Amino acid sequence: MSATTPARGETLLEVRDLRVHFPTVDGLVRAVDGISFEIRRGEVLGVVGESGSGKSVSFLTIMGLITSRQAQITGEVIFKGRDLLKLPVDEMRHIRGKEMSMVFQDPMTSLHPMYRVGAQIAEAVLAHEKVTKKAAAARAVEMLRKVGIAKPEEGARRYPHQFSGGMRQRAMIAMALVLDPDLLIADEPTTALDVTVQAQILDLIDRLKTEFHAAVAIITHDLGVVAEHCDTIHVMYAGKIAEAGRGREMFYSSRHPYTWGLLQSIPRLDAEGSQRLNPIKGLPPSLIFVPPGCAFHPRCPYVMDVCRTVVPTLQTAPGAHPSACHLSDAEKVRIFEEKVLQRS
Amino acid sequence: MTTPSTPPSTPDPHAGHTPLLRVTGVKKYFAVTRGIVFQKKVGNVQAVDGVDLEIYPGETVGLVGETGCGKTTLARVITKLHEPTAGKLELDGEDYTHYSRTRMRPLRRKMQIIFQDPYASLNPRKTVGSIIGDPYRIHKTAPKHQVKAEVQQLMELVGLNPEHYNRYPHEFSGGQRQRIGVARALALTPQLIVCDEPVSALDVSIQAQILNLLGDLQREFRLTYLFIAHDLSVVRHVSNRVVVMYLGKVAEIAPQAELYRNPKHPYTGTLLSAVPIPDPDRAQTKNRIILQGDVPSPIDPPAGCRFHPRCPKAQLPRCRDEIPELREMGAGHLAACHFPLTGPDDLRARTDEIPAAG
Repeated sequence: MSATTPARGETLLEVRDLRVHFPTVDGLVRAVDGISFEIRRGEVLGVVGESGSGKSVSFLTIMGLITSRQAQITGEVIFKGRDLLKLPVDEMRHIRGKEMSMVFQDPMTSLHPMYRVGAQIAEAVLAHEKVTKKAAAARAVEMLRKVGIAKPEEGARRYPHQFSGGMRQRAMIAMALVLDPDLLIADEPTTALDVTVQAQILDLIDRLKTEFHAAVAIITHDLGVVAEHCDTIHVMYAGKIAEAGRGREMFYSSRHPYTWGLLQSIPRLDAEGSQRLNPIKGLPPSLIFVPPGCAFHPRCPYVMDVCRTVVPTLQTAPGAHPSACHLSDAEKVRIFEEKVLQRS
Repeated sequence: MTTPSTPPSTPDPHAGHTPLLRVTGVKKYFAVTRGIVFQKKVGNVQAVDGVDLEIYPGETVGLVGETGCGKTTLARVITKLHEPTAGKLELDGEDYTHYSRTRMRPLRRKMQIIFQDPYASLNPRKTVGSIIGDPYRIHKTAPKHQVKAEVQQLMELVGLNPEHYNRYPHEFSGGQRQRIGVARALALTPQLIVCDEPVSALDVSIQAQILNLLGDLQREFRLTYLFIAHDLSVVRHVSNRVVVMYLGKVAEIAPQAELYRNPKHPYTGTLLSAVPIPDPDRAQTKNRIILQGDVPSPIDPPAGCRFHPRCPKAQLPRCRDEIPELREMGAGHLAACHFPLTGPDDLRARTDEIPAAG
């Protein structure tokens, strides 16, 4: 829950130099272009970025839902000691759903409209465990109760269209957690929901994380969500990690101009008066023709000559967190404190 | 439920001004039918159920509420894309409630709408030039040979490249498409623009660009906006006054700063507390109140105050039996509640006592 608790536990997932490139008729789409990170047990990781930053594609690849049949994938995805990218399909099937599972953005299209909600949750149990149908159905009801569906026996017999948006997302979470996975990936779990329902769902994820001892990765575009719920935050831009740090670092000592742009683009509920917003100029780049050098340089207000030619790598200055930007650390601190930080 | 005999009193800054738009007791019910051949009416979706609203020239009124609260239906009734079931609509003193499509046409020059989904609201078979130029041709406000020049000028104004006159909507990104929607709404130099969730479908950096554009245009052309959104931070940023709707009714109306600092309706209070704040330290000290359950069905809304089954402050016989009227609770601050909030900690003290449902 708190953004200041240190992440503990052993490394659960380690991603090394993951690249996912899609060949298309127009050219090679570099959706994910060399990202490395790790998630520890009990940690909540927030991945922030705009459409097309590669945040969903990277986790779909980790889940084995994007395979070498659709894309050119290189790198390593080490989950509990095994490289998932080298695993045969049927072995991957045992891991997916059982050891790591995913909650998708749109709960309407990710539930099957013609099966009862309870049956869809029980199906996950039957696929992975040798239990009777009756026992699986009971597990589904129990799980619906845990995610806060008011009358779980009745809810299990209903069809998705009889559920509200918030209930459907609860059902999705029940399905993802019914096998007690080690890693829960939530891809924009609340984007389609109203704020009050969003608060319910995020609160639920917080509670279940403790109850199930799972690590959680929340993919979102909402900086507010990561501020309140994540231990570690990655900001992605054009298929790369621009900046990675603890929750507080990202808000009080951010070291990448793209993060600054995001922070200045959002209207704040807690601001004094309403100043003019300071949006990032221009548009996100095409992932086929990624700008040379730093992909953010055409939109960056602090662009230097070196940015146009040399690709910045994630560097950690003393006392700072990793960021991929050519500005000197002192310069980053100065600009952030003068221009971006809103002191409360 | 009945239309009050006097409209809600005008807030101070507008004293003496006449409202540009006045909405009185507007209702919109959609019939729920059963059966295929012999359709039988079995009920009504009370999408909008008695809304009073005044919008003054040059201001931005924000309209917030959750899915299904009737905010989009209200926008469509105001622009007469839906016929109101009851109530009265006036633009600049002219009652247009029962106008036919033909009689509406001159009024549409004064009142335009920007839609939520920039993908669905632009005809994919038409070029941008013809989409933005259509209003000129339909209303004959510019001679034929001048339309192109006018359109290109508009495109430049909203930040589109005028050379892209002959391109199709699919060649533009979401943000650029929304700019096309803005240009189309501006073509007839309207006074009132109804913006129905104009930025919800856009990424944050693009959203900020569009919000700035709308602000600049407002200053330049003295536009009046009715700005509908579910994002409370966006509404706070753009609005002078804010209207909060719940299940087809207005829960609270107040000047922007007042509403966010001092909400009176418990629904507004819980809504504000649910917004995640991108500031970890502040987020920790904030009282977050998590409402239980979902918004009830507008087919069979709760009796009395529609919020009472979920309200942390509800006191039973009264909130269930008596519909609260909008009452004045400060300068220009109206709320429909029997037991309004007394301060920022009021809600928290009460939610601690409530057992979690489910």
